[in-house]
Amino acid sequence: MTLVLNRIDDRLIHGQVVVGWGQPLDVQFIVLVDDTVAESDWEQDLYRMAVPPEMEVRFHSTADAVRHLDAYRKEAAPGILVTGDIATMRALVAAGGVRDVNVGGIHHRVGRVQHLRYVFLTAAEQDALRELRMLGAVVTAQDVPAARAVPLDELLAAREVA
Amino acid sequence: MSESGPVATPRALVAGHAEFAAGLVSAVELICGRGELLVPIRVTGLCGADIEELLKRRLVETGARVIFTDLQAGSCTMAARRVQREVAGVVLVAGANLPMLLDFAMTNEPDLAVAATSAAEKGRTSVNVFGGST
Repeated sequence: MTLVLNRIDDRLIHGQVVVGWGQPLDVQFIVLVDDTVAESDWEQDLYRMAVPPEMEVRFHSTADAVRHLDAYRKEAAPGILVTGDIATMRALVAAGGVRDVNVGGIHHRVGRVQHLRYVFLTAAEQDALRELRMLGAVVTAQDVPAARAVPLDELLAAREVA
Repeated sequence: MSESGPVATPRALVAGHAEFAAGLVSAVELICGRGELLVPIRVTGLCGADIEELLKRRLVETGARVIFTDLQAGSCTMAARRVQREVAGVVLVAGANLPMLLDFAMTNEPDLAVAATSAAEKGRTSVNVFGGST
């Protein structure tokens, strides 16, 4: 197995990741890539608290994660990689060869427009997702496994009213 | 909420996925008429930082000092843990269920930490399996 999901989710580790994806995919580890969390023992303890004992969480800064991606791809057990924003995932796509990107949760913030129930984007973030595709990644939006994977063009064209 | 009597001071926030909080609080109101002691928090569409801000704001607005959440791995629990770092005296109970909230709503215990601990125990012991092969 390998990294079975490369997810952008501003909530990082939470119920959808641990239960929604983690259980059906039999995920054994989560790679959390976030520069702030990587420097904070308190934040790391918080995220460890959110996963069952049999699931390991590995924390990396963006630069550090790039160096470890090949090793994670060779792991025997399935894992999930999660970033809190598009820019971090972009770095992994550009330098680390991530080829499938799941937009799992980018939530409301001033200046963002709602595209799906769980995806709100600024114009710059729309461009950033297009850039992921230009770099070779297949980008889809899907919050949980039972939902349909929404292709990038459809995601960007979609508008929802909260 | 109750149709008569004085408005009670909220004692706790209830936060969770989708309509979890509103559903449980409405059930407490239906069963014992004390739903006004609990403030349902809906977080759909909010990022973690906004959930944290919402919890802090509602704690200040209501005077509540206990937060019940649905799932230990959930973003409400994560946000509440962060709130605890900034707001002294906040008690967090993760894994809330209806028996737990009923116990909390019905008690006259003035110490909210004691009340929350008692309610958590009630919630734990109220889960039973009937039938099945074992």
